[in-house]
Amino acid sequence: MPVIEVKNLSYTYQGTERPAIRDVTFTVERGEFVIITGPSGCGKTTLCRCFNGLIPHFYGGSMTGEVIVAGLSVKQNSTTQLAQHVGMVFQSPENQLFALSVEKDVAFGLENLAIPREEIRQRVEWALETTGISDLRTKAPYELSGGQQQRVAIASVLAMRPEIMILDEPTSFLDPVAAQKIFEVVGGLNRELGLTVILVEHRLDLATAYANRVVVMDGGEIRLSGDPTCVYASKDVRLLGIGVPKPVRLYQVLKEKGVDLHRPPLTAHEAAAMIREMVER
Amino acid sequence: MFRVFDGFRFRRASSPLHRLDPRSKFLMACVFFALAIIFTGILPLTLIFLVQIPLVLVAGVRREWLRSLRGGALLALLIFGTNLIVNYMSAGYALTLDVILYSTSMAVRFLALISSFSVFFLTTSPDDLGLALEQARIPYEFCFAFTTAVRFVPVLAGEAQTIVDAQRSRGLELEKGSFLKRVRNYVPILIPLIVGAIRRSFEMAEAMEARAFGAKERRTNLNVLRLQGADYATVLISLSTLACGVYLRYFVAIPSL
Amino acid sequence: MIQVEDLYFSYPVGVEALRGVSLKINSGEFVAIMGENGAGKTTLVKHFNGLLKPSRGRVLVDGVDTRKVSVASLSKRVGLVFQNPDHQLFCETVEKEVAFGLRNFGFPEETVLKRIDWALSLLDLTEYREVSPFMLSGGERKRVALASVLAWDPETVVLDEPTIGQDQGQKERLRQFITQLNAQGKVVVIVTHDVEFVADCHPRVILMSRGRIVADGLAGDVLYDHGVLDKASILPPQVTQILLELADLNAPRGVIDLYEAGEVVANLLRRGR
Repeated sequence: MPVIEVKNLSYTYQGTERPAIRDVTFTVERGEFVIITGPSGCGKTTLCRCFNGLIPHFYGGSMTGEVIVAGLSVKQNSTTQLAQHVGMVFQSPENQLFALSVEKDVAFGLENLAIPREEIRQRVEWALETTGISDLRTKAPYELSGGQQQRVAIASVLAMRPEIMILDEPTSFLDPVAAQKIFEVVGGLNRELGLTVILVEHRLDLATAYANRVVVMDGGEIRLSGDPTCVYASKDVRLLGIGVPKPVRLYQVLKEKGVDLHRPPLTAHEAAAMIREMVER
Repeated sequence: MFRVFDGFRFRRASSPLHRLDPRSKFLMACVFFALAIIFTGILPLTLIFLVQIPLVLVAGVRREWLRSLRGGALLALLIFGTNLIVNYMSAGYALTLDVILYSTSMAVRFLALISSFSVFFLTTSPDDLGLALEQARIPYEFCFAFTTAVRFVPVLAGEAQTIVDAQRSRGLELEKGSFLKRVRNYVPILIPLIVGAIRRSFEMAEAMEARAFGAKERRTNLNVLRLQGADYATVLISLSTLACGVYLRYFVAIPSL
Repeated sequence: MIQVEDLYFSYPVGVEALRGVSLKINSGEFVAIMGENGAGKTTLVKHFNGLLKPSRGRVLVDGVDTRKVSVASLSKRVGLVFQNPDHQLFCETVEKEVAFGLRNFGFPEETVLKRIDWALSLLDLTEYREVSPFMLSGGERKRVALASVLAWDPETVVLDEPTIGQDQGQKERLRQFITQLNAQGKVVVIVTHDVEFVADCHPRVILMSRGRIVADGLAGDVLYDHGVLDKASILPPQVTQILLELADLNAPRGVIDLYEAGEVVANLLRRGR
């Protein structure tokens, strides 16, 4: 049973004429790690807001078609209902931290759901451990780096035990090493806890290693969807203006020179290993 | 002059004062405040001010407390000066000892007032303050608005500085020109600041929705404030001091008070 | 020409952000300043137009000590484009936004009008002339901010994190635009941690970490030094990572360009056979 089912979804923001999403049909299975990418304005951010109810409940506008998340219809359930199944981590680290200590922030969602204190304590502990930030528990947001703040945001969402975690360009403001750490943490959650992950990203070079599916959008439609290797190697992808990871592009450059690595590598390490293997033959 | 705000920012430490419940500390600060208002003599006011010093030292917030005083010094001087002039004139243009003492005591009163609440804010975390408000049955929306404001004031201040830098880099000279021109120069600062604040609150609202804000009428809480022995002692001492103070001031005839 | 001599800078709260930085940027150079968040990159470039004054040491812009002149007069020569355009935009129309800097610097009215036309067409914004900047998309607002700085034609342009939040197409256009600016003789300084972008531009790279310069040289040399990049929390470009892993096969050093890497690998394989 897919954990997200989208059927013929179209959406137009209030006060605009052009639909931001046009007739999209799309499913996500439990335990997948999906990267959604595409040029600015393609509708990827809009699409993820359809998964947790911000569209249509927070944004209004006109939504047609069906979106079913964790068995619940998005149109008929409130954001607070959906929040217990779908968590969302936003782009700006600062604007999603509300309390003056990390502990309190991780507890925020649970407090809102009126979960008993003992259980809150347990879940907060667990979330802090799992994201590796237990030692930061008493720190205030202004004492944390951007990367640490995003990890707190992830822990806060994790504590609510959702089945799905959506991350909307979480590393935009982070340097590469901090970004890498975020993807590692999220990749770990996907692998070890079976958490379904939907990641909206431009920085495909660092994130691809953890994903098992890449979806490329453009103009409100899904243009490509599938295994990262297939998507990056497809002919149309260059036209769509996304940042195809350099190892794949190297594979394409080598092919043009008559060197065939057989399969596009997704990471630098994989590429080096493939080249070495070819040299040693 | 804005340094005075430094003396009101929570400084995290582990002193006996920090460990007190915010409600008992608030009562203590109010008692200091009340005493400083009801007394006008230089002796009692100075005493009220000095009594706070051991508290400051115990709490380990000496540096920040001094900053708040330094910031308030200008205003205190202004108060001294104004009182001096007004009383000098009403005493028949005579600079008597009484006039000087009275003006000084007004300045000392001001410092005692700042100091009493400075100690409170320096030793109480805004999260605990918010919790105290919640436990006092104030609707959660207001408590949340309060802690969020405290959380974001330094962020907005930083953003204001960045905006000033960005506009100065486009040739905006804030200090130049007539008074009217200088006021208009703040438009390029205020508009991005306000628009930014609106954008920020929109983003925050999204994040709050995504974390089920408002899901249940009655929230639960990670922490709970419980009054302990030290708190009861503080309340008792504060109230009895207030009682003594009122008695001494209004029922015992000591002229210098 | 910008000269920084043994610069130390501490913020009023006590944080020592720059600890003995010295460098020289000559006319026509293209420089990327890289390093982790908090390394001091933005603090450093704020000294170039006098927003910050040294605690110790000095900064000379075209031979003038920045402590002796106003921010406005330095900004005329060194245009600083901030990371977030929303920190600058406040006017009712894009046209007024672009005019703001020009009018502050006292350009005569006819020059102002001509420069507005020029800057708008340079950044493809002519159709938005009468539009409110707040109605534009993120990428368009970035271009308005850039246009408003280029309008007064400073000799040096400093871009603080120009690639944040941009998609590949936007980055590619930005790269071409920056290269064009540099070709026209302007000094271009970009502050960034986007290593792939820098590898594509191959400028001079200055690497900073914790308030100090830890490397300064050609992109090919600096981005190859894994040890020093690590100190600055920067990962080498992916093609470099690949070749570094193949170093024992005598892969040549200093390759950061994709096509060059392709040549190198193809040669490796031809030799290997």
